[in-house]
Amino acid sequence: MTAATTPIVEAVDVEKTLGEGAGRVQALRGVSLALKGGELTLLMGPSGSGKTTLLSILGGMLTPTRGTVRLAGETTTGAGPETLARLRRTHVGFVFQSYHLFPTLTAIENVRLVLDVRGEHGEDAPERAAAALATVGLAHKHHAFPRELSGGEQQRVAIARAVVGRTAALFADEPTASLDGDNGRAIMTVLADIAKDPRRAVLVVTHDPRTLPFADRIVRIEDGRIVAEEAGAHAGPAPREPAPNESASPKSVSPKSVSPESVSPESVSPESASPESQGSPHAP
Amino acid sequence: MRPGWIERIDMRLRTAAGPALRSGAASALSRLGDAADALHEHLARARKRGLPLIVLLAWRNLFHDRVRLVTTVIGIVFSVILVTVQIGLYLGFERMVTTMIDHADADLWIVPKGTRNFEDPSLLDDRQRFRALSIAGVADVAPLVLGFAEWRRPDGGATPVFVVGSDPRGGGLGPWNVVEGRVDALATPFSVAVDRSYFGRLGVRGLGDAGELRDQKARIVAVTSGIRSFTTTPYVFAAYDRARAYMNTPADRATYFLVRLRPDADATAVRDRIQGNIADAEVLTRAEFRERSRSFWLFGTGAGAALFGGALLGIVVGTVIVAQTLYSSTKDHIAEFATLRAIGSSTRYIVEVILWQALLSAVVGFLLATAAGVVIVVLTADSALPVVMTPGLVLGLLVLTVVMCAVSAVAAIREVVRIDPATVLSR
Ligand SMILES: Nc1ncnc2c1ncn2[C@@H]1O[C@H](COP(=O)(O)OP(=O)(O)OP(=O)(O)O)[C@@H](O)[C@H]1O
Ligand SMILES: [Mg+2]
Repeated sequence: MTAATTPIVEAVDVEKTLGEGAGRVQALRGVSLALKGGELTLLMGPSGSGKTTLLSILGGMLTPTRGTVRLAGETTTGAGPETLARLRRTHVGFVFQSYHLFPTLTAIENVRLVLDVRGEHGEDAPERAAAALATVGLAHKHHAFPRELSGGEQQRVAIARAVVGRTAALFADEPTASLDGDNGRAIMTVLADIAKDPRRAVLVVTHDPRTLPFADRIVRIEDGRIVAEEAGAHAGPAPREPAPNESASPKSVSPKSVSPESVSPESVSPESASPESQGSPHAP
Repeated sequence: MRPGWIERIDMRLRTAAGPALRSGAASALSRLGDAADALHEHLARARKRGLPLIVLLAWRNLFHDRVRLVTTVIGIVFSVILVTVQIGLYLGFERMVTTMIDHADADLWIVPKGTRNFEDPSLLDDRQRFRALSIAGVADVAPLVLGFAEWRRPDGGATPVFVVGSDPRGGGLGPWNVVEGRVDALATPFSVAVDRSYFGRLGVRGLGDAGELRDQKARIVAVTSGIRSFTTTPYVFAAYDRARAYMNTPADRATYFLVRLRPDADATAVRDRIQGNIADAEVLTRAEFRERSRSFWLFGTGAGAALFGGALLGIVVGTVIVAQTLYSSTKDHIAEFATLRAIGSSTRYIVEVILWQALLSAVVGFLLATAAGVVIVVLTADSALPVVMTPGLVLGLLVLTVVMCAVSAVAAIREVVRIDPATVLSR
């Protein structure tokens, strides 16, 4: 398997123009970015800098105006809506900035829907959905409807929905925005655990400095351009010394996915613990 | 989990039956028990798995807006009831229009030339009867005399009736569905049989009462149930000679001759042979005469076209209402459909959600409409316009409802397949 070396998602010279006429905005101006398996990348930048746009293009939700995007080896340029939908359901998990849960479905049904759309309606589907809810700490809220959940709980259902399909690429748009310190860290731990799998890549858009300790890499975007790329606190492939259970992949792979409770305390830096620490994107 | 009743039957058998029967019954019972176990397990699994999620989503979308659901269901119910009534009336009329022909003991009918329906009385010459009798394959030819007459009620009022006269010893067209009295009694002088639904019109209360026809006494000796005429003119059955006396028909004349064939005879071949042998009369098979009466009343008079027009209107109105509510429901849930698209669902999956919505509305609407239809059938059974529901009609209505709802879904589907998943980003 060359999964760790070939990027799971790759954008080359991507430009994107949004809107029409006077409302026309060049949201992306020549972005090149590769997401490799086993990596959690943070995408940071001021509001309106094009983060969501980039995420959508990488996730096959939008196609670039210019440039190419390859998702799990397939190019999205010129792909029709059906092909893009297939690419999304087979390779992409998405946490939307405003959740987009189905108001008429319960938490567990919302999560199961992703499996159902993929044609996985087997007897184990409810169990898988339940397991995904348990990883985000909502084991007790299976049958609650979105309107009965707090903003943070809704956000966690949205995350469970994105992870339940075990897709190669996982995109999360501000997944910790509505969460307090503990829950935010727990969610980031879930995402970081997923990124330990060398066949899976995670990209998180965030303003939240509490997420920094979980990053393998931090990409900064401003005005539609990538302005900086740096190794994260969590791991940088080059400067980092090998982890105790180092494997062939550039990053440590834990044999089992860990539950939020099993986060090692040293992976959370003390100054990021404050729940309201939504600082400037350039913080640390 | 063997149901208790099986255990109980088992116990009874053990104590009561002889040994051979016991072992046979016991093994049959154990197989039944196994089948019950399997079914129970299957149901338990199905219950655990629950509704398929796509059906659940469609169901919840429907129930999310109760007002709209009620509108949809009313639309479907209205339209299905309208169609039921129109087609049901059509079936009822069709049955009425041909009921006399269906109940006559005749393989072939010799009718005056140009006869358009059963109640179209002109007269044939008795000689035709003897000509027909001479044809090979003919077993018997019985005369039937019909015509309008004025019934004078015991209270002095008068009402037109349609007299049907045939030989009471059989071989013609006598009353059927007799609920009181006896058909044989028609052989006694001045006696008639009428349907109890016309008692009011005839001014009588039941068996033994009498009216007058052409100043001759007509006493009721038999009462039938459910013999109603399309023209609403009451039928009065009488013996052949009596009927002629009531209508003053010449002795050598009859309205129709009813031909019975020998068992081995071929109806169309004999018909052709009789037709070749007589003039001024037509020879029709039972099916041909039915068809002629039917098309005269239902199409010649425009009644059938009006009924089918009404049914078509029902379908159009129902389709428009359901299409409208389904479309606006889809518009309301458009954000969810966009999300569905964003998480990668195929167009097919989304179309299925909408079709399930349509199908579920159809089933709910259909069940309510059918229940209402049964009530209408029961209420109109004894009226002048009975609505008839046959299993074929019910099945046809189910198919129609489902097709109607599927067609209604087209507009909603057109809307939803155009969704751009990127719309979830700007919300
Ligand atoms: N559908 C659209 N039509 C026109 N302009 C758009 C559209 N969507 C986004 N834009 C513009 O494109 C730019 C990038 O938007 P984008 O949503 O990617 O920003 P963002 O970095 O995600 O911001 P935030 O942090 O506020 O979520 C913004 O200037 C925005 O106004
Ligand atoms: Mg955004």
